[in-house]
Amino acid sequence: MNARSTATVAMAALLRNRLRSLLTVLGVVIGVAAVLTMEALGQGATAYIGSTISGMGSNMLMIVPGSPSHRMGGGATGAPLFTLADVESLRNARDVGLLSSVSQRSLRVVAGGLNRTTLVSGTSPEYLDIRSWGVTRGRRLTREDERQAAQVCLIGQTVKNALFSDAEPLGAELRVHGVSCRVVGELEAKGASAFGMDQDDVVFMPFTTFTRRITGSDRVALVVVSATEPDRIDDARDHLQAILRARRHVLPGEEDDFAVRDPREIQAVLDQVTGVLTLFLLGVAGISLLVGGIGIMNIMLVSVTERTREIGVRLAVGARAGDILTQFLVEAMVLSAVGGVVGIGLGLVGGWGLARALSLPFVVPVSAVPVAFGVSLLVGVLFGVFPARKAARLNPLAALRFE
Amino acid sequence: MGSVEPLLHFRHVSREYGEGDGLVRALDDVDLEIRHGEFVAITGASGSGKSTAVSILGCLDLPTRGDYLIEGHAVQSLRPEVLAALRNAKFGFIFQSYNLLPRTSALDNVALPLLYAGVGANEREERALEALVTVGLGTRSDARPNQLSGGQQQRVAIARALVNHPEVILADEPTGNLDSRTSTEIMHLISSLNTERGITVVMVTHDAKCAEYARRQLVFRDGKILSDQVSNGAGATVRA
Repeated sequence: MNARSTATVAMAALLRNRLRSLLTVLGVVIGVAAVLTMEALGQGATAYIGSTISGMGSNMLMIVPGSPSHRMGGGATGAPLFTLADVESLRNARDVGLLSSVSQRSLRVVAGGLNRTTLVSGTSPEYLDIRSWGVTRGRRLTREDERQAAQVCLIGQTVKNALFSDAEPLGAELRVHGVSCRVVGELEAKGASAFGMDQDDVVFMPFTTFTRRITGSDRVALVVVSATEPDRIDDARDHLQAILRARRHVLPGEEDDFAVRDPREIQAVLDQVTGVLTLFLLGVAGISLLVGGIGIMNIMLVSVTERTREIGVRLAVGARAGDILTQFLVEAMVLSAVGGVVGIGLGLVGGWGLARALSLPFVVPVSAVPVAFGVSLLVGVLFGVFPARKAARLNPLAALRFE
Repeated sequence: MGSVEPLLHFRHVSREYGEGDGLVRALDDVDLEIRHGEFVAITGASGSGKSTAVSILGCLDLPTRGDYLIEGHAVQSLRPEVLAALRNAKFGFIFQSYNLLPRTSALDNVALPLLYAGVGANEREERALEALVTVGLGTRSDARPNQLSGGQQQRVAIARALVNHPEVILADEPTGNLDSRTSTEIMHLISSLNTERGITVVMVTHDAKCAEYARRQLVFRDGKILSDQVSNGAGATVRA
């Protein structure tokens, strides 16, 4: 009996019991769909996080006060902020390319009759280069702006849309916390950050303008630097650490009272989270496939008993034990493969829907599709073997006389 | 009956079931020779061993003692795959309860032996249809067993037995579930396979009228052959 005939016989047998076949494969469908959905979501999230982190600027390091063991805290640990002298000493650290002090506050900004609360940052001219961030119109901040503490600013796309929907923003006046600034440039759109913050809801002004005219303090809460080369990032970090430890009188053996952070660490943490989630969901899917497999085995055992006479007839007209074994094994495999295909379809649709709902990019988990199909086939084989062997071992005469 | 080796040959064949006190001897040291082209009817009370004998003849069962030889070859020494091939090519079975596959068309039922003979799909269909025409059901090839009368179902079963051109047809109470008129039709059909095609027929029956179609009548009792008579057989055909 050739493969095609076997498959045809198996399909015919399954189609005779459509509803039962469908219910039987539900476990496999759910298991496979769960895997596919989660793979699609996981890959979408990874792609999204990857793109936002690379959008933060390559080679970038961030230096904040506070011990590094407070992972995402920063600043709130009572450690002193950096002084301008600290920052200047870092500028000359080996393997460090660009450097910018950053001071930020959430402030009310007013233009015309409209106002908005937005994140206002005082930055050095190098800041945009470190972040690989361009201006679409107008100019950047310059050293001259910095030296003069010029009352100029750059606005992000969200601020522009909120305050200058129709009007021309370049050259217009923007009052930041009561200080009048001239808009000299528009930042290119950056989208949401890895944590979902709108990075375009920002106003940038020279660091000196911000500290002198708005906060009145020249202490620095964040220093952003770029390493000269991607493979110098770790060296740059070591040099920065050594300089700051000396300047801030951290004793040998004592923990740093500042942290040098690499955005790639965020990626690593997020990867770890998605990894754990994926494992968990694989576990759930595994259990569901196990239950699905047992369902298939159960229904195949029922089927073997129901069709004992059929098996007897087949043996009487010349079927070999191997033919019977193959027939029932193929039936189980067809069942689970159909479950796999339906599950893959449902999983992709589910992944697409969830990705849309969470506004993540939808990534077809290309590698997961054949794996899911293979696993569902494997479930069919594993749980089909026992019933199929039972069928194949029937004595022809006993099977024919079975009532 | 001219050939040297009998087609089917029991040599001291016994078939026992169970063991100890529960031991049942369905066949007890039976000697039997059946030659090419014979039409043999086996009668006897239930439990006399006649069905067991036919099952062993058809390689559905094996003797526990003695030898069963097909054209001189001992069946016990054959591998299960060879036995399956023998059931497929040499024998055609007809059962009392037809044993058609439910929810399967007459055509597919008849084609079943060809499936296991490795015949291609087109040829299967052709030959199955031809066999259905032979039994007078050429127009009902799409019908399922539950859409056919008992007599028609048995005709489908006969077509299935014929489809692979067997040398021997083994029939176990082929008219047992049929009324007398239909029985006569079925017996004519079986008889014609023997007379017109030269197929050897071994038929178990409890109906003396049916047994009269055969030229040789065996009577079984308690697992032994009580009598073995040859009649003209043709007379029965004429009378019916």
